[in-house]
Amino acid sequence: MNESPLAATHARLGARMTAFGGWRMPVQYGPILEEASAVRSAAGLFDLCHMGRLRIRGGDALLLADRVLTNDVAPMKPGEARYALLCNPDGGVIDDVLVYREPDSLFVVVNAGNRERDVEWIRRHASGLDAKLEDLSEALAMVAIQGPMSARILSPLTDLDLAGLRYYRCARARALDLPDVLLARTGYTGEDGFELFLPVGEAERAFAALLQAGAPHGLKPIGLGARDTLRLEAGMPLYGHEIDETTNPIEAGLAFAVRFTPGKDFVGRKPLEAVAGTGPARRLVGFRSEGPRIPRQGYVLYEEDERLGAVCSGTRSPTLGTNIGTGYVPTAKASPGTRLSLDVHGERVPAEIVPLPFYSRTRKTTR
Amino acid sequence: MRPNDRRYSETHEWAKPEPGSYLVGITDFAVEQLGDLTFLKLPPVGRKLRQGEAFGEIESVKAVSELYAPVAGTVLEVNAAAPDALELVRQDPFAAGWFLRIRAESGDGGYGKLLAADAYEKTLGAH
Repeated sequence: MNESPLAATHARLGARMTAFGGWRMPVQYGPILEEASAVRSAAGLFDLCHMGRLRIRGGDALLLADRVLTNDVAPMKPGEARYALLCNPDGGVIDDVLVYREPDSLFVVVNAGNRERDVEWIRRHASGLDAKLEDLSEALAMVAIQGPMSARILSPLTDLDLAGLRYYRCARARALDLPDVLLARTGYTGEDGFELFLPVGEAERAFAALLQAGAPHGLKPIGLGARDTLRLEAGMPLYGHEIDETTNPIEAGLAFAVRFTPGKDFVGRKPLEAVAGTGPARRLVGFRSEGPRIPRQGYVLYEEDERLGAVCSGTRSPTLGTNIGTGYVPTAKASPGTRLSLDVHGERVPAEIVPLPFYSRTRKTTR
Repeated sequence: MRPNDRRYSETHEWAKPEPGSYLVGITDFAVEQLGDLTFLKLPPVGRKLRQGEAFGEIESVKAVSELYAPVAGTVLEVNAAAPDALELVRQDPFAAGWFLRIRAESGDGGYGKLLAADAYEKTLGAH
């Protein structure tokens, strides 16, 4: 089990720890639903040191990325970030990743539990190319500040003009008394916010400095429990839930990250092009369900007596005040408004398909 | 130190002997491990339970757990307030947050096989 470089900080803050992707990480510091609400209304600080942090260097770095990733990497300009998938030859999802284009290399953030597999997979596809993959996960710490107050809290702590850093952009700058921090306006909560990459030895000091600077603005440390609730409200997939090697990105609603650009060949392109052409047989949908019982992964979704599929993720949504969940159902049954029932330990609970995402900060009303 | 007036199961339930019955609930450790409680399902009065048999479910935002009878017997009474007032369970699991009153049908219902407070606490050592 890997320990976060922020382990002592979490102990001091009274966090409850959990095993996640081979790391011991904070699941919560206080009630999960209150933590989720704090991020929506003010800001939250996250330890994300479990995430895999990789760098691809070399003259063929872009070529390698475009061999293994579904999105277009070559056209990215330095300072841009893009979501992409790593697929197997059948189009099944090996991982979902964020690619940050830096002037001299690509920085790739991958899921904790998939890191070793990803490294091996990308290296295997690098044969014959001038491209080298480095695993920086143990050298760099990753923290995120997310929520509407994030920019106000971070601004005084960096030389970078944050107003000039748009969503899905990144830059290197002096920040938190460190000469060279990679700052990205990205996140996994559906709120405005930043992800920061800095040397592991500076992680505790930087985390404390952010907490102190943010406290007057309502900044709170947030665990992985609330992070899961926030990402689900925002309709973002979690590997092992909405996506895995048995699902493809088209049915998962991730076609925006799959580009069939002429002249480019990536692993999984052919089967994915076929699925995109005919349309997927099933689709990931969002649903709301009634009652006190939270939908959980594996619970079965029915339309009357017909089994439609199973739940991928579920939570109590503090933002919407209801239970929400995701699951795959046949495309013909995937329209919002479709009435379902959910089997909760033998009890049928009414549910209804609703549009994804459940929550959007730019569309404050819920559809 | 947890209360000495009762015994504990390794699955974090407790049984407290009272005249003619046992009061049953879960420990503060179980509550802490579950986190934010969202749902509690208790059995009907009159249900007969074997020692170790699942009698209900408790859920939190992140987890679902079954509840196991620490002693064998018949359910005499359930804490009807608890499912709608889960803060009772969270704040006072050893008293106001009790779940069941069970009457042992034969002998001690297996009470003697449960752990004393200090032995139960030793099982938590790893946490």
